[in-house]
Amino acid sequence: MDWASVLVDGILATIGPITAAYAISAIGLNLQFGYAGLLNFGHVAFMLVGAYGTAITVDLGGPLWLGIIVGILAAALLGLLLGLPTLRLRADYLAITTIAAAEVIRLLVRSSWAQPLTNGVFGIQGFADSFFDLNPFPPSQLYGIGSLIVTGRKLWVMLVGWTLVMLLTLLIRRLIKSPWGRVLKAIREDEDATISLGKNVFAYKLQALMIGGSIAGIAGILLAVEQQNVTPDAYLPKITFILYVIVILGGAGTILGPVVGAVVFQFLFFTIDALMVNAQANIGWVGDLLTPAAAGQIKLVLVGVGMMVLMIFRPQGVLGNREEVLIDER
Amino acid sequence: MPTQSAERGHSARPYTRSIVSRRARFAWFWLAAITIVVMTPLASSAAGESIGGTLIQRLDDEKLPVEGVTITVTQDGNEIGVGESGANGKWEVAVPGVGSYQVRLETSTLPEGVELTDPDKEELSDVKVRDGQAKKVIFPLGEGITSTVSTYQRVGALLVAGLKLGAIIALSAVGLSLVFGVTGLVNFAHAEMVTLGAIAAYFFHASSVGPQWPLVVAIVPAVLVGAGFGWIQERSLWRPLRNRHTGLVAMMVVSIGLSFALRNLFLIIFGGEPRAYPDFAGQQPIEVLGISMVPKQLITIAVALVVLAGVGIFLQKSRAGTAMRAVADDADLAESSGINVNRIILITWTLAGGLAALGGTFFGLNEAVQWDMGFKLLLLIFAAVVLGGLGTAYGAMAGGFIVGVAVEMSTLIFPSELKAAVGLGLLIVILLVKPQGLLGSKERIG
Repeated sequence: MDWASVLVDGILATIGPITAAYAISAIGLNLQFGYAGLLNFGHVAFMLVGAYGTAITVDLGGPLWLGIIVGILAAALLGLLLGLPTLRLRADYLAITTIAAAEVIRLLVRSSWAQPLTNGVFGIQGFADSFFDLNPFPPSQLYGIGSLIVTGRKLWVMLVGWTLVMLLTLLIRRLIKSPWGRVLKAIREDEDATISLGKNVFAYKLQALMIGGSIAGIAGILLAVEQQNVTPDAYLPKITFILYVIVILGGAGTILGPVVGAVVFQFLFFTIDALMVNAQANIGWVGDLLTPAAAGQIKLVLVGVGMMVLMIFRPQGVLGNREEVLIDER
Repeated sequence: MPTQSAERGHSARPYTRSIVSRRARFAWFWLAAITIVVMTPLASSAAGESIGGTLIQRLDDEKLPVEGVTITVTQDGNEIGVGESGANGKWEVAVPGVGSYQVRLETSTLPEGVELTDPDKEELSDVKVRDGQAKKVIFPLGEGITSTVSTYQRVGALLVAGLKLGAIIALSAVGLSLVFGVTGLVNFAHAEMVTLGAIAAYFFHASSVGPQWPLVVAIVPAVLVGAGFGWIQERSLWRPLRNRHTGLVAMMVVSIGLSFALRNLFLIIFGGEPRAYPDFAGQQPIEVLGISMVPKQLITIAVALVVLAGVGIFLQKSRAGTAMRAVADDADLAESSGINVNRIILITWTLAGGLAALGGTFFGLNEAVQWDMGFKLLLLIFAAVVLGGLGTAYGAMAGGFIVGVAVEMSTLIFPSELKAAVGLGLLIVILLVKPQGLLGSKERIG
């Protein structure tokens, strides 16, 4: 076993742009789930809509900046469409609708019916050239310390990604400390009491869903730009579940929770991955028993189990305060 | 039609019979087929770019490679290369480099009776090939529609297909609704109970390590496995959580985690390929009142009706059933009138597991067994449960049949790949118009 390379692979993945995108998406989910108590189980759909909004706009000849705006607005619109019929009802209904909507939207995007716009299963590629034109680092130059080396291209995406993480964290902090945020937390704690204070609970929930959705849209755009590629099958329900584990792990309803959760989760996920790959290569019987495909699926089983175990034994996560996450029947 | 059954399995298949019900039935299959083709590992990382694929015609549960079809690859009007599909349906055309190509399937070279399912898709105008990529493209092929079908026959066949789908949904949905009734939990892992039943039946029926019983026998242990799983779940997970006073929302998140873990476990154990039960795999359609249908559809509907009627009698007449309704109505009141609530909840979970397993087995019988089949059905189950009214057993039954028929009928207007979207649309409309459902009471929705 080559422990050093396991660690290096894990750290490289943890500081990479994917982690930044997951952290951003988790910030959005945290606003919905952690602060407003909304059970949005179709979070990946917001990322898909954001990414496709951008890719399609550029594909039709628009500039990238316009595409990004379109993507963010489209994600907010999706929040509106899903929220309007469900947010007046019990929490279960939002969960049911969103979990279904996420899969339906993915199937719609990949259907031949939508192919003229989305290019079906093949997706849309190469729409973010103007983003990489702004890259101040020579794209193929290597940067780093010791074994931790990234290319200039990746460094540029990382810089933008983690800057966004910081800005959005500050934005959420500002929002939550504002009267708007206090009402949101009040709704989570006791909806009836908030109604009796004359607050329009429905409007607050809808706003939280839409703002959280647009933040997820930004995450989707970042991922799509980084890969210069959108395909429908990159937006599987598993991403939503991973994001839930991230939010609960870090601490739902805390400012830094989603970021800490994303970093810890990605480190564990990729270290386990590197461990399994290493074990396959170096330990004979493991290699016989464990195919690479099975290794990937085992990680997903662990995600599901992790979600259960966290929710049962430590619903407040790493940073959270137990009193704040007594999410109950609402 | 005995003459047709004699010809089955030979290359000279009769392609002339009506295919409407079949087309509706196998819409899910298309998704699966396309997914498989897309996920087929790329050909060995040969240097240089190419475009290729496998021409497969999907009939019933068989995949037939289509041989001798010409495919032309062009770029901006210049011909790049011509490929012909081999005996295994595979074709490949090398292309000079990265870029966008047009790929055209020469429909005149298709064998008789094989046609593109979407006639407009004979040319893919923008196939992008990346660096070093062996790009795979798909031309979905189906049976040619050579006989014209009257509207009556078409609607009739869709009605039968819809009732069959409805029967499967209703069987699966009743348990979800009963569990919600007695515990208040929306159990997302219910989908995996459906899958478990189908996989268990496959194990007892067709697995090389299983006993290989006939399917009608294998259903029994499959339902027992499902019921046992419901029992174990309640004893080892949900009851301890209730005793810890875990909130319902937290329990719902736990059920979603459980669903996700189980689904991927099934993928590891069962693999990603859809598999059909060998029994009844290629049943010949029969005609009733001029409508073409497959006997297993009728059996599915009949068995479901009998079982659901049995559930109804159980709820109305038996002590446990009455107690179940009492707990659903008001658990505290039921407890104080001497009902052992935990025991009733345990019975409900066991019943729900068994019914879901039965629904899953019939789902697998009519379509195919796959690791995520329950998850695919979950949306329709939810639509049925919400339409009928969350927590009402009879509502879930009625909702199941209504949703099944509505979804199948929608293919008259919408392409069948949008079936899932129709299901979601239905769900949203119900929530907007009558969120408590047909039989639900207003206070349940909060």
